[in-house]
Amino acid sequence: MIAFASNPVNYSNLFAITLPETILEVVSLLVLIVDLAWLRRSSQAVRMAWACALGVLGCAASAAWLAAHPSLSALDGNILVATPLVAAAQIGILVLSALVLVLSFKAEFSRNPGEFSAIVLLATTGMLLVAAARDLQVIFVALELLSLSLYVLTAFAKRSAQSAEAALKYYLFGGMSAALMLFGFSYLYGLTGTTSLEGIAASLAAQPLSPLLIVAFVLVSAGLGFKVAAVPFHLWAPDTYQGAPAPVTALIASGSKVASFAVLVALTSAIIPPDAHLHAASWAVLLLWMAAGSIILGNLAALVQTSVRRLLAYSAIAHAGYMLLGIAANTPQSGAAVLYYALTYALTTVGAFGVIGIVERSAGTDRMDAFAGLSRRNPLLAATMFLFLLSLAGIPPLVGFWAKFNLFVAVLRAGTLGMSGLILVAVAIAASAVSLYYYLQVMKRMYVFAPVRHEPVPISFIELATLALIALAVFALGIFPAALSNWIPLG
Amino acid sequence: MLAYTIYLSFAGALLLAVLPKRLHAVARVIALLVALCGLAVALAGFISAGTQGPVAVANLPWIPAMGIHYTLEADGISRVLVLLTGLAAVAGILFSWNIGDKTDDRANEFFAFFLALIGGVYGVFLSVDLFLLFVFYEIAIVPKYFLIAIWGSTRREYGAMKLALYSFAGSAMVLIGLLTAYAVVGGQTGNYSMNLHTLAQYHFSTSFQMWAFPLVFTGFAILAGMWPFHTWAPTGHVAAPTAASMLLAGVVMKLGAYGCLRVAMTVFPHGLDPWGFSFLGIDSWRTVFGLFAVIGIVYGATVALVQNDFKFVIGYSSVSHMGLVLLGLLTLTQIGIDGAVLQMFSHGILAGLLFATVGRIVYERTHTRDLALLNKLQLSKAMPFAAWLFVIAGMASMGLPGFSGFVAEVQVLIGAWEAFPWFAAIAGLGIVIGVAYTWRAMQRVFFSDHPAVTADGTPVPIPEYEPVTWAEKAGVILLAGTSLLIGVYPRLLLDVIAPAVQALPHALLTGGRQ
Repeated sequence: MIAFASNPVNYSNLFAITLPETILEVVSLLVLIVDLAWLRRSSQAVRMAWACALGVLGCAASAAWLAAHPSLSALDGNILVATPLVAAAQIGILVLSALVLVLSFKAEFSRNPGEFSAIVLLATTGMLLVAAARDLQVIFVALELLSLSLYVLTAFAKRSAQSAEAALKYYLFGGMSAALMLFGFSYLYGLTGTTSLEGIAASLAAQPLSPLLIVAFVLVSAGLGFKVAAVPFHLWAPDTYQGAPAPVTALIASGSKVASFAVLVALTSAIIPPDAHLHAASWAVLLLWMAAGSIILGNLAALVQTSVRRLLAYSAIAHAGYMLLGIAANTPQSGAAVLYYALTYALTTVGAFGVIGIVERSAGTDRMDAFAGLSRRNPLLAATMFLFLLSLAGIPPLVGFWAKFNLFVAVLRAGTLGMSGLILVAVAIAASAVSLYYYLQVMKRMYVFAPVRHEPVPISFIELATLALIALAVFALGIFPAALSNWIPLG
Repeated sequence: MLAYTIYLSFAGALLLAVLPKRLHAVARVIALLVALCGLAVALAGFISAGTQGPVAVANLPWIPAMGIHYTLEADGISRVLVLLTGLAAVAGILFSWNIGDKTDDRANEFFAFFLALIGGVYGVFLSVDLFLLFVFYEIAIVPKYFLIAIWGSTRREYGAMKLALYSFAGSAMVLIGLLTAYAVVGGQTGNYSMNLHTLAQYHFSTSFQMWAFPLVFTGFAILAGMWPFHTWAPTGHVAAPTAASMLLAGVVMKLGAYGCLRVAMTVFPHGLDPWGFSFLGIDSWRTVFGLFAVIGIVYGATVALVQNDFKFVIGYSSVSHMGLVLLGLLTLTQIGIDGAVLQMFSHGILAGLLFATVGRIVYERTHTRDLALLNKLQLSKAMPFAAWLFVIAGMASMGLPGFSGFVAEVQVLIGAWEAFPWFAAIAGLGIVIGVAYTWRAMQRVFFSDHPAVTADGTPVPIPEYEPVTWAEKAGVILLAGTSLLIGVYPRLLLDVIAPAVQALPHALLTGGRQ
């Protein structure tokens, strides 16, 4: 507010910096028009293919523009920033959304393909803004745009009661935590007199830790903890992961996570100013407890799951815990490491949910037994899932291992967390050894068990090509982990 | 040149993974060719390097920003173990020649996993960048799970999962230690590096080494089958298909022992120093682990003495023999470590031979491993080849002069006698029990005490089994010949091992100890 009052907005700059989002908005309207005007009489499959293809083009155009203009000046008052790291996160988000759309080409859960694709693009817009926002108001509005789109998408399989239940749960938890977060933001504003993260950092560095500030921290952590599904705000995740249509789950688990972690990194570096140990203690302790809880509970709960989606939901909670460690460390390195982790994790998860979607389509269920004998019913599909799961488990030479290694090194190098950092890294490494058990449960079904049915699992060329591409990326990035270092520096 | 052992194996694994299913009979031929090439490269590397010191194999920047390099180097110890890996790989494939006879054997996948495992093992033995070593170490773990879970027998899923979880628990411990060391070195010197030589030259504070050493040592020793973390080994060995048992006992357990020496003891040598106090006569991690090793020797041998499953006998004997390797390493004497490395090689060959006899030659024909049942089968008459083979392999394994086991065990015991006389005495007892269990198994299985004639005077029919195949014979000649060669002329290996042991960091061999 104050920022706006003192500086008139430079609209040409605003337009330049939000052009990627604008492209997505325009394309999302275009998708709706095309779907309503030209494709009304076409078959369901054709409409879905067109809607998704247009959406992919929109994402591609937006990403191309971002890649061509890597460094821009920030919007006045640093409301939206455009650093290389933010651009990397945004390009990553666009790629992930595009992959989700490609994997939905053959999806049959919706009779409204235009709306589906349009809302995915809206959610992506929200993610881009979240990643770039450095002002509490923009953060909140962008997060709400993202969340509302995801609530709708979760309920998109209108014929499925599970989908409706998942959406309702997601919505109720989400609404509650958004309210808490907004309340926390209002305290922060009240204590510092500004909504810009820069201003908050400067103001907090000059004031002692007050009880009010702690309340604000707790409330804010509730809101963001919900978005990243960290314990104890994780309760929605298993049900939503299970009930939502597979591509939507992929979106929730990928782009949405990347955006939320990006903003969490930015917020943390504002709340913990460099020399203020007092603040560091309170906010970092909060994050560390959430991290420890997520790592332990996520990994233990995943051990007993029989539904692959729920298994991945709990594993997502565990992965969120690892990343929270990096956020608590709060150095530029650890911030970059979190982003690297979030992006590569998201890529792998999109692939995994792509496979789950295909298996579900043929078996009608996501129970582990549906994967029995997959290596004989569709060897290539099984091989891609094999790579995704190993990468999630952090087995070298796949990218998941590098992401973990890089993250843990960054935490240890930071030294900001002292002994508790070392202990939590040790816990995290031990927990990832435990996690291998449940990933092996799925791999065991695919490779060891005899198939229940023998006919091959049908898969379209485009799905297979996309999954193979993702698997190749997971593998190649594992062999050449420094390949992304122009965007996200390692180490 | 030695680096090609790694690339060949992975390339072979990849080729087999994409090979059309209908070519299942070709898979084993491809695998054998790849393994033979690997062995040829390993042998050529071994011979051309002679007795010289470390040979640089490869050095490329990998992740420069993190100080991680793709550095491969082969000193005498590495070269000996690479040679062992080559031999074990070829023998393993020869003894799985029956996989691929039928379409539903999934032969392509079997040999793909097999070669991937071999590639990882080669990589571990050649890596100097510890990060790279860790990567290869983990690569070697995953295929083991599938080899056992898919193609195994008795309680295969249980055995495979137990093995995988133990291995990963161990590697998690290793990773924690390595990461901390990496952060400490980088934080102190500003130069982040995972290179073994850099880390070995850095003086970590003794208090740090005192907790990092046991962590990393235990992490690796789990895979070496150290008591009380050995329980994965017998179940894993028994569950595994023959080739996988051979690799498990032959080379994978060596990975653990190699890691103990190359990483834990080299990087944290002062972790072996006395604590400064003594509890029940135990005054350092060195005595703790030495005690574990000795318990492993005696315990493994004693348990092997009462097993009724033929494969469990061999499985527990592996625990016992690997105890000797660990004991040899912990003597911190030239002769003890020489003996330990030689024992790694020797046990790799002999365990392979024993598992091949039990799992492939006997079990595949009789379909039982129960000592009591085998006893009724008059195997010395029905399968003279197997009987002779087991007699030779058993003699070699119990440490009879003339075979590789003898030279190795004597050296370990001499070293142990200098370092901890009591342990040496107990280990000697373990070796005596070793004679007993080998003898017992030999007699039960092959030399039946059931009468050869029935009560009414007619001779008991001798069961007929399919003849021994050429592949089995070739594998036997390869392994038994090697053991005999090393037994007769141990300097072939010792001349290579000794300089490498001498070149180990000074702090490792002397440290703060008297």
